[in-house]
Order: sequence, then structure tokens, then C-alpha cells
Amino acid sequence: MAARPFVLEGPVWPIVGALGTFLNDVDTDQIYHNAHLAVTDVDEMGQYAFGNLAGWEDFPKKAKPGDILAVGANFGAGSSRQHAVDCFRALGVAGVVGLSFGAIYKRNATNAGWPLMECPRLAELELAPGDVLRMNLETGKVANVTKGKAVPARPFSRVQKDIYSAGGLLAYGAKLAS
Amino acid sequence: MATIVEKIIAAHSADDVYAGATVWLELDVRAARDFGGASVVKNFEKHYPGQKVAEAGKTFFTFDCVVPANNIPYANNQQLCREFAARQGVKVFDVDAGIGSHVLMEEGLARPGQTVVNTDSHMNVVGAIGCLGQGMGDADVAFAFRAGWTWLEVPPSVKVVLNGKFKWPTTAKDLALALLREFGSSRLLGKAVELYGPAAERLSLEERITVASMATEMGAVGIFMPPSDEVLEWCGGAAGAEVEGVYADEDASYEATYELDVDGLEPLVACPPSPANVKSASDVAGREIGSAFFGSCTNGRLEDFRATARVMSGRPAADGVVAYAVPATRRVYGAMLAEGLAAELFSAGFVVSNAGCGGCAQGQIGMTGKGEVQVSTSNRNFPGKQGAGETYLCSPATAAASAIMGRITDPREVA
Repeated sequence: MAARPFVLEGPVWPIVGALGTFLNDVDTDQIYHNAHLAVTDVDEMGQYAFGNLAGWEDFPKKAKPGDILAVGANFGAGSSRQHAVDCFRALGVAGVVGLSFGAIYKRNATNAGWPLMECPRLAELELAPGDVLRMNLETGKVANVTKGKAVPARPFSRVQKDIYSAGGLLAYGAKLAS
Repeated sequence: MATIVEKIIAAHSADDVYAGATVWLELDVRAARDFGGASVVKNFEKHYPGQKVAEAGKTFFTFDCVVPANNIPYANNQQLCREFAARQGVKVFDVDAGIGSHVLMEEGLARPGQTVVNTDSHMNVVGAIGCLGQGMGDADVAFAFRAGWTWLEVPPSVKVVLNGKFKWPTTAKDLALALLREFGSSRLLGKAVELYGPAAERLSLEERITVASMATEMGAVGIFMPPSDEVLEWCGGAAGAEVEGVYADEDASYEATYELDVDGLEPLVACPPSPANVKSASDVAGREIGSAFFGSCTNGRLEDFRATARVMSGRPAADGVVAYAVPATRRVYGAMLAEGLAAELFSAGFVVSNAGCGGCAQGQIGMTGKGEVQVSTSNRNFPGKQGAGETYLCSPATAAASAIMGRITDPREVA
């Protein structure tokens, strides 16, 4: 497989509430409701993304491949369901930048090779829907290209780079010498 | 400079180790239970067809959830694991063995200073012997089987100093519940907790297991206790070799230090719907119960059944109360038979079953029906966890007192 890019750029979806501020503590049931846990085909999961998050139910219809999510604090708290990561991969969402994430959500995203960056200063980018966001996984720089603003975030560790480059943890294992 | 968890990780990683660092971590033990095990096998065979596990001698299956299988899907899953194990030369601790995390300690496979993963969210119970255990999902464990390592974010360490002394019939379970009352389910989230102070130092191995087993309910990565001489001796005997403990450096730095005084600690009960909903047993006393469960990775050791028998002291469970005793392991079961405990509890009206996890994850035994109120010595009381009823978590002493009276009872009333 072709080398995966360490710089991602695409239109951003700030996941905000009615007041325009980031929604915090969006849990896995709001991201991917437990009514659809029996779905095992990743491609079918996209239609349920944010299906239980007030104001965002139509996200699967609006999102386009290459888009990037910007989220608040403790995103993905709750259960260990992999679906809450895979539903965005199914839609082609390129990655997610957030104030902070639930530990298991972060682990699942890392294992899936889906770019996730923690960025405590995300609000300073004044992201509006459709602004072009650039995330540099290697340097940790996160930028609002449209508005010409940038803030530092935590760059990928060796572990994250290894797994991301291989296309996921299980795929990384397949590359190990027998 | 380093805390216990930092030292254990540093000894198993080539990466720089500091709180917040993500590192590759070598694993001394990689295991899967019957819960999740079949998915581990399926993931392994899909992604690594025809390949071998990294080291068969460090790879195990530990069946403990539905043991023996009482439904065909679980029987199928267990058999799938057995056949994979036979092909790979991997040992299976089968449906007779008991709770995997405990079996791994008894067998000397999980030792102080080592690293273990299993498909068990309470694998961190091995913090009781100063060992780093983590529960992980089936994809992670399939990778661990293949690679022999996993990845981990080094947790920040906090120190809790336990002062004072609690008095029977207050027990280590009440101490665990007191920690939950103090810290809830979020203040220790993601932390490695180290216990110090006189009330921690004097804990027996069994008591350490009880306290460490509830780290998960506190949201902690683990509760680590610097191994005492008793713990090292026991682990050495299990391993058939001398074992050394891993201790924090004098100048290790902690994110926070807390103190808790356990003098005069009362018997406690965690009420539905969460383990952090802790009240004094005397405040909850009077609630009628339909069943009492004794066992689990929290209170399934020999000492726990001795405490149960001590409170029962020849008295039977009340009419209308079904009492279940489920030893953590086959060895505990054997000891209960040998010293007459099994017969004593049988005479008190108990269902005395083979070893295993009991009712947790709606498994082996002790599930509740809608409307049923159960006192349980296990560690979780979330809705649906142990059936459709209501679960009150408490010590073996409180559960025994409640079984005798047919209602939740402060053990000081009957002990």
C-alpha cells in the first residue's frame, strides 16, 4: 500500500452546540447508538454517525470524503465500541482533532490507523464550518488555513506512526517477521 | 525518580518512559478468556493466516466467564479457542480452573514487576502483587498474541496514603468501597495509584487482591501495592523461583498525594446503580434481599470464605434467601473442601459451585431476575451487569450477616 500522508488537509466540521461552542463529553452512544451495534460491515456504519447527537443527525448526508472533524473535550467517552470510530472512516472522514478524548476512543482510533490528534488550544483557531484545516501528524501543528492561524498539538509518537503507517494495529502485526 | 508503573514499563520498553508517553511494551503474559477469546482467534486467523503466536509459552487461554459452558454459543467459542491452542501449542486453563487473573498469579505466571494483558477489564487486579495487568479488547489481544507486545500510554502516578487501622467486621472490601466513596469513578481516571501507609502495608495478599480488583471501578489504570514479604514469599512459591518486587524510587514524582484515615471505618455498601454510590451498611440496613453472592475476582479467595463462615457461625441463610459461594479458583475450591468450609457453607444452605467468575458479565452463576435484590461481594452493580435485578456490593461479612437476616444487615449486629 502507498505511504500514508503525515499532513492532512480538508474542510472542517466543528462539532458545536446551539451556542457555537464545542460540545463536550459527546459519548459513544451519541456518536453511534447502541441500536446499531449488530452491524459488522464497516461500510454500513457511516449512515449512523452522530445519529443520536441532537442537531447533528444529518451529518452522514453532509459529510464528504476528506473532511476533518474538530471536537470538544472528552470526545468518545463511554463504551469500548469500535463502531464509534469506524462510522467516520466509513464516511471517508480523514481524521479528528479535539480538545481531549476518552481513553478507549483514542486507543480504538489509533488501532484503526485513523488520525486523531489532541489539541488543547483548538478553540484559538476560530474554526467555522468549511474552513480548511491542516493537521501535521509529524510536527503536531494544527492550522486553520482559511484564517491563517496555527496552534501546536501533540505530535504522533513512534507507536502512533508505526501503526498509522501500516494502516492499523492488526495490519502492523502482519508486517512483523515470523 | 520513577514510580512503580514507570519502572515496570521502563523494564519492558525501548522507548522513553514518562507520564503521557506512548510506548511499545513487551508482555510477559498474553492471555484471552472465553469472553472475547473467540474474537481474538478470529482476528488472529484473519490477519495472520498460517502464522504462529510470538511465544506459545507466554500465551494462554483462561476460561472463567461461562464455566462450564451452559449454552451452545459459549461452548462453540471455548472449543474454537481449544482447537486454536492445540494448533499453536498454547496452554488452556480450561473451564475447571477458575478466574484467569487469579490462576495466572497462582501459577507464578503473573509475577511482581511483570506485564500481562487479557480480555478482562479486571486484569489489573495483579496490581495486588505489584504486577502491571491490563484488560484489552480482542483486536489488541490478537496483536499481542502475534507480536508479544502491545502499546500503552504511560499513566500519571498518584499516591494514596492510608492511615489508621480498621477493625473486624470491617474488612478490605470496605476499604475498597471507602476509596470509591472518596474518589468516585472519575478522580482517579487514567491514573496509576500507589498505596502506602500503615493501613496499606499490613494488608494480606487476599486483602490486596480485594482492593486492587476495584481499581477498574475507580477508573484507574491500576492500584499498585509495593509487595510485602508475605506477597514475595507467596509469589516465589507459585513461581518456584525467587521473585523480586519493583518499588518506587524515594524521589519518584507523583501528580498528587492523598491521605485517607481508615480509623473507625464502618462496613459499607455500594448501592445500585454504580459502585461509587457508597453508603454505610447501617444506612441501607433493612432492605429485604432474595439472594447473596459470595465470590468474584474481588472476594473469591479462601480468606473471604473463612470470613463468610465466621459470620455465619453455624447459622443458616434465612428462608427465602438463596446464597451462592463461587471460589475464585480450583485451588481455593480444593482448600475449601479440605478444611471443611465447603461443607460448612453447604450446611448453611449455600449453593457451593465450581470455580469461576460467578454472575459478572451474566456468566456462570448467580444471575438476578427482575425485582430480585442481591447482596454481592463482587465489584460491579451497573444495571444489567449481573442480571435484571438490583445488586448491592459489600464485604463477605456484610453479605453473610444479610443472608442470615434476610435483609441488608450491618455485620456488627450479628458478628
